[in-house]
Order: sequence, then C-alpha cells, then structure tokens
Amino acid sequence: MSLTGMNVEHAGRRGLALGAALLSGLTAAGAAVANTSNGYNLMPGVTDISRDIYALHMEVFWICVGIAVVVFGAMIYSLINFRHSQGAVADTSMRHSTKVEIIWTIIPVIILVVMAIPAAEIILKMEDTRDSELSIRVTGYQWKWQYQYMDAAEGINFFSTLSQDSNFARQLHSGIDPRTVPNYLLDVDKPMVVPSGTKVRLLLTSQDVIHAWWVPDFGAKRSAIPGFVNELWFKVTPGKEGIYRGQCVALCGRDHGFMPVVVDVRTPEEFKKWVEAQKTAVKQAAAIPPEPPRSAQLLN
Amino acid sequence: MAQAHATEADKYYIPHGSPWPIYGSVTLFTLMLGAIATLNNWLPAWSLLPGFVMLALLFVFWFNTVIGENQHGIYNLAVDRSFRLGMMWFIFSEVMFFAAFFGALFYARELAVPWLGGEGVKIFSKLLLWKHYDGAWPTNGPGHVGPRADGSFETVPALGLPAINTAILLSSSITVTIAHHALITGHRTRLKIFLAATFLLGFTFVALQAMEYHEAYTELGLQLGTGIYGSTFFMLTGFHGMHVTVGAIMLTVIWFRVLNGHFTPQRHFGFEAVSWYWHFVDVVWLGLFIFVYWL
Amino acid sequence: MAQATDTLPHDDHHDQPDTGIKRWLFATNHKDIGTMYLVFSLIMFFVGGAMAMVIRAELFKPGLQLVDPMFFNQMTTLHALVMIFGAVMPAFVGLANWMIPLQIGAPDMALPRMNNFSFWILPFAFTLLLSTLLVPGGAPAGGWTLYPPLVLQGGDYFPMVIFAIHLMGISSIMGAINVIVTIMNMRAPGMDLLRMPLFCWSWLITAYLLIAVMPVLAGAVTMLLTDHFFKTSFFNAAGGGDPVMFEHIFWFFGHPEVYIMILPAFGIISEILPTFSRKPLFGAVSMVYATASIAFLSFIVWGHHMFVDGMPLAAQMFFMMSTMLIAVPTGVKVFNWTATMWRGSLSFEPPMLFAIAFLFMFSIGGFSGVMLALVPADFQYQNTYFVVAHFHYVLVPGAIFAIMAAVYYWLPKWTGHMYNLTLAKTHFWLSTIFVNVLFFPQHFLGLAGMPRRVPDYAVQFSDWNMVSSIGAFGFGLSQVLFAIVVIQCIRGGQKASSVVWGDALPTGLEWTLSSPPPYHSFITAPEIK
Ligand code: HEA
Ligand code: HEA
Ligand code: CUA
Ligand SMILES: [Cu+2]
Repeated sequence: MSLTGMNVEHAGRRGLALGAALLSGLTAAGAAVANTSNGYNLMPGVTDISRDIYALHMEVFWICVGIAVVVFGAMIYSLINFRHSQGAVADTSMRHSTKVEIIWTIIPVIILVVMAIPAAEIILKMEDTRDSELSIRVTGYQWKWQYQYMDAAEGINFFSTLSQDSNFARQLHSGIDPRTVPNYLLDVDKPMVVPSGTKVRLLLTSQDVIHAWWVPDFGAKRSAIPGFVNELWFKVTPGKEGIYRGQCVALCGRDHGFMPVVVDVRTPEEFKKWVEAQKTAVKQAAAIPPEPPRSAQLLN
Repeated sequence: MAQAHATEADKYYIPHGSPWPIYGSVTLFTLMLGAIATLNNWLPAWSLLPGFVMLALLFVFWFNTVIGENQHGIYNLAVDRSFRLGMMWFIFSEVMFFAAFFGALFYARELAVPWLGGEGVKIFSKLLLWKHYDGAWPTNGPGHVGPRADGSFETVPALGLPAINTAILLSSSITVTIAHHALITGHRTRLKIFLAATFLLGFTFVALQAMEYHEAYTELGLQLGTGIYGSTFFMLTGFHGMHVTVGAIMLTVIWFRVLNGHFTPQRHFGFEAVSWYWHFVDVVWLGLFIFVYWL
Repeated sequence: MAQATDTLPHDDHHDQPDTGIKRWLFATNHKDIGTMYLVFSLIMFFVGGAMAMVIRAELFKPGLQLVDPMFFNQMTTLHALVMIFGAVMPAFVGLANWMIPLQIGAPDMALPRMNNFSFWILPFAFTLLLSTLLVPGGAPAGGWTLYPPLVLQGGDYFPMVIFAIHLMGISSIMGAINVIVTIMNMRAPGMDLLRMPLFCWSWLITAYLLIAVMPVLAGAVTMLLTDHFFKTSFFNAAGGGDPVMFEHIFWFFGHPEVYIMILPAFGIISEILPTFSRKPLFGAVSMVYATASIAFLSFIVWGHHMFVDGMPLAAQMFFMMSTMLIAVPTGVKVFNWTATMWRGSLSFEPPMLFAIAFLFMFSIGGFSGVMLALVPADFQYQNTYFVVAHFHYVLVPGAIFAIMAAVYYWLPKWTGHMYNLTLAKTHFWLSTIFVNVLFFPQHFLGLAGMPRRVPDYAVQFSDWNMVSSIGAFGFGLSQVLFAIVVIQCIRGGQKASSVVWGDALPTGLEWTLSSPPPYHSFITAPEIK
C-alpha cells in the first residue's frame, strides 16, 4: 500500500471501518492457519492449551459483544427516542425499582460464572506440570536468552541473541528498511530446538532483571525472575513442526524490544539427531562455554 | 452533625491567606533536594541541614499560628471536630504505612523464604539455584547476605531489652491516660507529673532502642544489610523508633503548653491528638514485639 | 508572631481575595485552590500528552527513526506518571475543591491551609520528576510500575523519582483527608449523607481509598530506596527477599489507584446524566452501594496484574474470581445510568455528549478488563498492547472524558460566562472519533502479539500502529480546542444564569448560588428542603 509500502497480504485487511474489521476479522480468524499472525486477533496456536485459550478468548469476546449489543442498544434507543428536541417528556416518577436492580445484578453474576468455569478448567490443565519429558533451563539476560538442556539432552547449552541483520537494521538512523529484513526483530542467531508431541518443561530464571518468555502460538508465557525459578510447559501437537516466534514481554531495559524468542519444533526423530549433532559438537569444541558465574549478590 | 453555622456568633473559622503552606512546600522540596544530593554524592551530607532547619521552623510557625488562634477562642466546636477527624485519618494513613512493612515481613516469612527453601510452587528455585538453603526463619537469605564473613548473625532475644521496652511503652500509655483524666477533672498538678512521666518513658525507650541497635551492629552481626531479616527488623523498628521520637517531642511540647496554662477540661484537641498518636505508636510496638521479636 | 495577630480578627469573612500573586501563593479559598489544581492538571495533561506524541511518533512505522530506545522508555514511564499523578488525580482534587463545598452547603473546605499545602507540593514534586530528564543517565525508564531489579539499575534519577513520589503521596493524602473531613463535618444542616450528591459520595469513597493506599506506595518506594542505597534485601533473592514482593505491594496500591481514577468520574457522570435527561438518577442509593462495593473489591484483586509471575494455583483462582466480581457493581452503575436516560427527555449539550461517550467507551474498556481477568486468556494478553488498549479506554474516554464533561458542566458556574458551545461540540466530535482511531487498533496489535513498552516492532504490526499514531496526532491536536474554549470562557462571554442549563434539571445546591458564586460559598448554611 502506498502509505506504508506493505505487502499485498496485509493490504487487503486495511481500513478505518474498525468495528466491521473486528467482527469480520474475528470470524475469519477461526479458520486461519497457525503460525502466521493475521494481524488483528489471537491465533489458535499449536498446543492444546493455546487452542483452549483461543476458544475461551472467542467465547468471552462474543459474550461481551452480546452484552454490548443489549446495553448499547438500550442506550442508543434512548438517545433516539427520548429526545428533548422531539418533545419527549421525562417520566420523573421513575426513581428506582428493586426488582430490575436485582435482575441486573444476578444476570451478570450468571454470565461471569459461565466465563469462569472454562477458565478455571484451563488453569488446572496449565498448572499440571507432571510427567514432563524434556526440561530446559531458560535464563534471561539483558538482552539475550540462554538455553541449557537437561534430561536426555544434558550438556547442550547456548545463548540465543537477536540476529545480525535485524540488529543492524534496528539501529537509530540505520537507513535499512525493516521490511527488507526477513523476520525483522523476530529472528535469533540460534533458536531453541524442541521435539513435537513431547511435554517440554521450561525452568525459567534470570540473571539480572525480570524478563518474560512468550511464544504466542504455544499459549505459553511466564516471567523469568532473578533468584527464583518458574515452571512453564508446552506440548506441540505432532504435525505442527516449524519455527515459532515470540518476544521478551517484561520491560527489561534498553533493549527489551530486541530479545526475541525463537523455537524450532522438530519431530522427535529429527530432534534426536539434532541432540546427537550438538553433543558431538560440544565434545569437539576445544573451549566449552563456561557456565556464567552465579554470584550470590544478584543485585549490585 | 454540621451545625457549622448554627448561630451567627459561632462561625466556622476560615483563615486568611497564609504563607505557611507555600513555605512548607518549599521546605519539603529543600529537604528532598538535600537527600537527593546526599544520596547521589553530589554534595556532602550537610546539604540535608537547610531542609531540617526549615522543617523545624515550619512546625514552630504553623503550630504557633494555630495555637494562637485557638487561644484567642476563634475556633468553634466544628473547627475542633475538623481537627479531630483530620488527626484520625492521618493516623489511619500511618497505620497503612506500617502495614506495607508488616506485609513485607509476612510475605518474606510465609512465602518468599519458604519458596527459596524449596517449598510449594517454586521448588526448582532450591533445586537449581540455592541447593544448600533450608529456608528457616530467621534468615539472611540463601546468599547469607550480611556483614560477617561467614554469613552468620544473631537476633535480639525477645526477653531482653525488647521486653523491658514493651513494659516501658505500655506504662507510658497508662500514664498518658492518667494525665488525660487529670486534665478532664482539672487536676493540673497530676496532669503535669504524669505527662512528664510519659515523655520521659518515651525518651527512655528511644535510648534503650539505641543501645539495642548498637549491640546489634557491633556484636550480633545484625545490620540493615543482614538479608531480609535485617531489612525487615531495622525498617520496622526504625520507623517505629522515629515515630516514638516524634511522639515524645510532641508530648514535651504539650507539656510546656500545659505549664503555660493551655487546655481546658472541655477543649484540648492538641493534647488528645498527641495522646492518640502515642497510643497508635504503642499498638504498633505490640505488633512489632509479637511478630518481629517474639514469634 | 506577627502572622498570628494578623489572622485573629473575630469575624474573618472578609469578602475580598488577596491581590496579585499572594492570592495564589497564600490561598486558603477552596475556589482559588481548585482553580490552581485544575490549571496545573491541564498543563500536566499537555506535558504528558506531548510525551505520548513522542511515543506515537516513534511507533508510526517500524524501525527506529526518532529516539533512542532508552529515551523511548523514559517517555513511556514519565508519560504514565505525569498523566496519572499530574493530570487525572489533580483534576479530580480540583473538582472536589470547587464543588464539594458548593454541593454540601459549606463556606469552604474544612482545613483551608492544609488544602493549599497539598496543592503547592505538586508543582515541586513534578519539577523534581521532570528534572530527571536533565541529570546524567536520564529519566526513569523502567515503566511507571517501577519494578525492581530494573529500576535499581538506575543512575542519578533514582532518588529523585522516589522522593517525587513521596511528595505526590503526601499531597494526595492531605487532599484526601481534607475531602473526608469536609464531607463528614461541613454539611449544611439537613444534608444527610444519603441526600448528598453522588459526586460527593464518590469522592468520599475515593478519599478513603487514597488514604489507605498512598502510604503503601510510599512504603514500597521506600523499600526500593533502601535496597538501592542501604543494602537491604527486600527485593533480592540472595538475601531472602523477592522481586515479586514489590509487585504485590505496588499493586496493592496500584489497583485501588485505578479506581481512584474512575470513581470520581462515576460521580461526575451521575451528576450530568440526570440533568440533561431531566429525570432523577435512577437507583441513587444502589449507586452508592455499588461504588462502595467496587472500592472494597479493589483491595483484593491486585494479583491480576501478576498472573504470569508464577503464583500458586489457589491465588490465581482467587484473584480471577474477585476481579470478575467487580463487573457486577460496575454493571449496576452502567445499567442505572442507562435507566436514567430511559424515558427521559434528553438534550445534547457538551457535558452530556461527553457523558454519553463515557458510557459507551468506558464499557468497552471494562469488557476488555473482564477478558484480562481470565487467567488463561491473560497469559496471552499480558504485557501486550491489548492491555494498553484496555487501560486507555478506561482512562482516556473514561477518566479524561469525565473530567472534560465536568469542566463543560460547571465552567459557566465557575466563570459566570457561557462558553462557545459550537467549538465545544467540535472538540467533542473530534475527540471521540480520534480517540477510537487511536486506541481501538491497539486491541488488534495486542492480540496479534505486539508487546508493550517497545520502541520498535516486527513489520506485521505496521498497519495498525500507523492508524493508531494518526489517531493520536488527531486526538492531541483536538485538545488544543479544549484549551481555547476554556481560556475564552475565562476571559469573557455571554453571562451565565445561576442555573446555567436553562430548562434542564440541575439538582444540587451549587445551582442556587450566583454564577460565579460568592467568594465564600455559603456564609450562612442553606436551607435543605
Ligand atoms: C480507570 C482505570 C481502570 C479501570 C476502571 C479498570 C477496570 C478494570 N480492569 Fe484494568 N487496568 C488499568 C486501569 C483500569 N482498569 C490499568 C492502568 C492497567 C495496567 C497497569 C499496567 O500494567 O501498567 C490495568 C490492567 C488490568 C489487568 C492486568 C492486565 C495485565 O497486565 O495482564 C486486568 C486483569 O484482570 C484488569 C482488569 C480490570 C477489570 C476486570 C476492570 C473492571 O473494573 C471493569 C468493570 C466494567 C465492566 C465490565 C463494564 C460495564 C459492565 C457491564 C455492562 C455489566 C455486564 C458485564 C459483564 C457481565 C462482563 N485491568
Ligand atoms: C490517565 C492516564 C493516561 C492518559 C490520559 C494517557 C493518554 C495517552 N496515552 Fe498513555 N499510558 C498511560 C496512561 C495514560 N495515557 C499509562 C499508565 C501507560 C503505561 C506506561 C507504562 O508502560 O509504564 C501508558 C502508555 C502508553 C502507551 C504505550 C507505551 C509503551 O508501552 O511503550 C502509548 C502508546 O501509544 C500511550 C499513548 C497515549 C496517547 C496517545 C494518549 C493521548 O490520549 C494523549 C492526548 C493528549 C495530548 C496529545 C496533549 C494535548 C495536546 C497537545 C500537547 C498539542 C500538541 C499536539 C500534537 C503535537 C499532536 N500511552
Ligand atoms: Cu527481556 Cu524484556
Ligand atoms: Cu488492576
């Protein structure tokens, strides 16, 4: 589009008719393919949890739309029909009515219960960290992520930083058009690799300030807090292998906007191969990257 | 309620323009600038001095004005009630200030420290980061943060000075009540004696507290920097001690006013305000004694 | 004590204000102080708005064009602090100062000197806050939430922000004490609590919230200060503390704080809707109960800001349920307002227009709030532009619109002049259109995955960011009209009658006084029928 120079894919979805865009957009979103943001709604994602969340989100969204239609409808009706300029006379006897007030207290309560039940079910599911098959220790730094594999992949340990070309382009007055950079700001030098169909547990912590790890398609987000370890798990549905992207979502200083999360999901077989390759690489490497010092004084 | 204008003769007093508020704002600003300059090492600590001097003068000027107006009898009962209500809500705000620090204490004891020691939802904090930490209270944390090289420290036992201090503060609460009674019943001598006893007890408390701090700093390895225990201990008792000091000074001021013949059995807001404040300080201490020293 | 004798004359109701600058510096009159609060607030709104313009300009397209990321974060942080503590809260206190004595039939606020004190602290507090832009290392850049450890990495700005917040807190507490005492003690005979106008009621409850939570904020920032300078370990795990503990203390303040920014707005709407519907407020008593319930609930929902920080399951459930419950009393209010308009006789003067826009757009913000309250969904929304959209909907077309409605409602009463209605209506329409262009697309951005507090973004977010920025510039420029209307009205204009709104139905004692009201509002207490 002329204004933004956007690619064709996005051009079709533009327009200032915001309300219309929202409604039509959200319905279309249900059918959209995972792993490509449609630009205006959550995606169903590639894990059971993310799909559950998406369903909850849509359910609650439509409930709110429903309430809005009723409430705003009543308001608009009043605005049209009870106008002073049209000679409307106020019914000043209408001061209160215990009956309707009870009704409009109880109905929202019921609606809220309807929303809360599926939400509570999902929470229970999310909090069930049992039986994880692969654990990875994830440490946030200003401004990169460290991935230390445990369990069967013990020994694999690397940092993941914003990719070079994004990093050049994002400098102030770089003169590089971000649109020419593939996956601008969402690409790293070395992504985290995980197997599909496997319950992967992340043990999140941080070395300096609070960061947060998020991959929208997994419905997985959690803070990385210095001195504490938070748990987070996800299990990518088999068949949904691919590259998934997210970002640090807790303000962590100057380059908070520039510490993406990239996860490369492979089939368990491919993953095994990757692990073997990594392990031999680690053995061959003369200098193993030393584990960063864990100083007692986390703040200084 | 609200008979503010019941009769023409008894009007609610609305003061003229007054310079003290703006002077007060400048004072606070100066004080804060001094603190900032000191903390940032822009200037040495004397930069705090102007602020404190101005603050002391602020109290002198402002209270003088109010006391003067009061002594001239231009405050009606409604004004009196405004002052009372104001004081009560001010004390409530102080309660909430202490609540924040008590909250920190409870949170650390009941949640953060056990988590670091491997309990509950954050069990991996222990497994991955703090393997040798047991999370028992009192603690200076898994990093054994504190002044001693071996990371140890001792606490102040509840049954030593703190118990004596409890007795002191409790009896000062009683003496101030007796003084109040004496004021209402018109026994001025008894009033003077018991009021004096109250602030003397108060200053004694502060002195003993200072001794306790000295011992903690020099012998127990217990300092502000001794992990979470030291932090909560000194911040809670320290803010409390500051309040006792202020309260004792106010009691002294009130005492001098009594010597000057101020206050009547019916109208003595200044006295009551200070005694409420004193009771409040007392109650906070009870909380401290139970949760900081004892349990 | 020369001063003391000066102020001693028995009957102190001289009817002339001091002249010149002394009138403002030494003010003890609730109207003068109210005016100063309102003017201060307007200035701060423009300052905070200018910062928002920097944010939106940088976000106009992907890539960094204008500012360094650090400066961007400083703008975000200061924008929020200035808007919340400098624009919205002082505006409400200014309105309280002007209107509470007029509405309850009092001569002035209960503690006039303290009133002036609480005002004059503010310019100093904001001088301190804004001067951080000039010190080495720049202004605070850790967000208005000041989370440690990030904020502890700060340079020279650090103690300045802390003390600026202390000053703001002292000011708010004194202002709130004054409001409570005035309402409790200064009502005219016969003005019993349940007859009191809703604006006073909502302020009474707000003042209570303020006194309860501002000291907690003071405690939280004091802990930051000692962690930074005096080696305490409140927020340091190695010493047995917890960075998340700050979040708990902060949000224990922070959540009631957001209701501090909306309850007085509710009060204003409850004044304006009946007037221009020519019909009494529907369910006035349940409105009071609803407000009180919201205030009560606001103390037990703070955890909804921290769902992703890893809380015990039971806490997640509790905070989710308690948060959702707030929709019930808020719903009661919305429904009662709707019922007030129902079978009324509506006319659309500028205050009414703003009040109606408030109803719609505040509700939209409320709906997204309920969505945010659902823990699993919040995992996707948290720290994205969806949250930014949520709170701007409740704050800008919510709180700010209500303030503008109040100004348009009472301005003729204050100045004695009617303002330019056409210009005011233009201001309304431009604001309403642009505010939606500005904030509605931010919902899409957030859902599509754009994090907040970032100076730059992936290219798939370009479109809606550009739309939002255009809305921002439009909205910002429209506010110039507001300033013009107000200044014109202060300068002169058609005389306003004492009831101002002609055949509308203004209730409330303020309309029994002349426009502008006498210097000392009610020297003799009015008759309450
Ligand atoms: C004026 C300010 C204001 C107001 C009034 C509200 C109102 C509400 N807010 Fe909001 N909120 C903020 C200001 C405000 N908020 C701010 C500033 C932040 C971000 C802070 C930061 O991180 O920087 C925030 C963040 C925030 C979060 C955290 C998001 C996150 O960081 O992940 C949540 C989560 O629960 C939330 C929930 C709510 C809810 C449930 C309400 C409810 O009170 C809304 C109730 C209203 C309605 C629901 C509409 C009317 C009701 C009806 C028509 C009845 C029928 C409706 C139903 C049955 C649904 N808010
Ligand atoms: C009451 C509170 C309040 C108000 C009124 C506003 C008003 C506005 N806000 Fe603000 N905002 C917050 C409270 C508020 N905000 C908070 C709490 C945050 C979170 C901060 C954090 O993350 O820590 C935030 C964050 C925030 C962000 C996210 C920043 C980020 O995450 O990095 C953005 C981005 O668009 C934004 C935009 C705006 C805009 C465009 C307005 C507009 O409504 C402003 C309009 C006003 C004017 C523009 C001024 C008047 C006009 C002129 C000065 C004339 C000149 C005009 C031009 C040059 C066009 N705000
Ligand atoms: Cu790391 Cu934001
Ligand atoms: Cu909240």
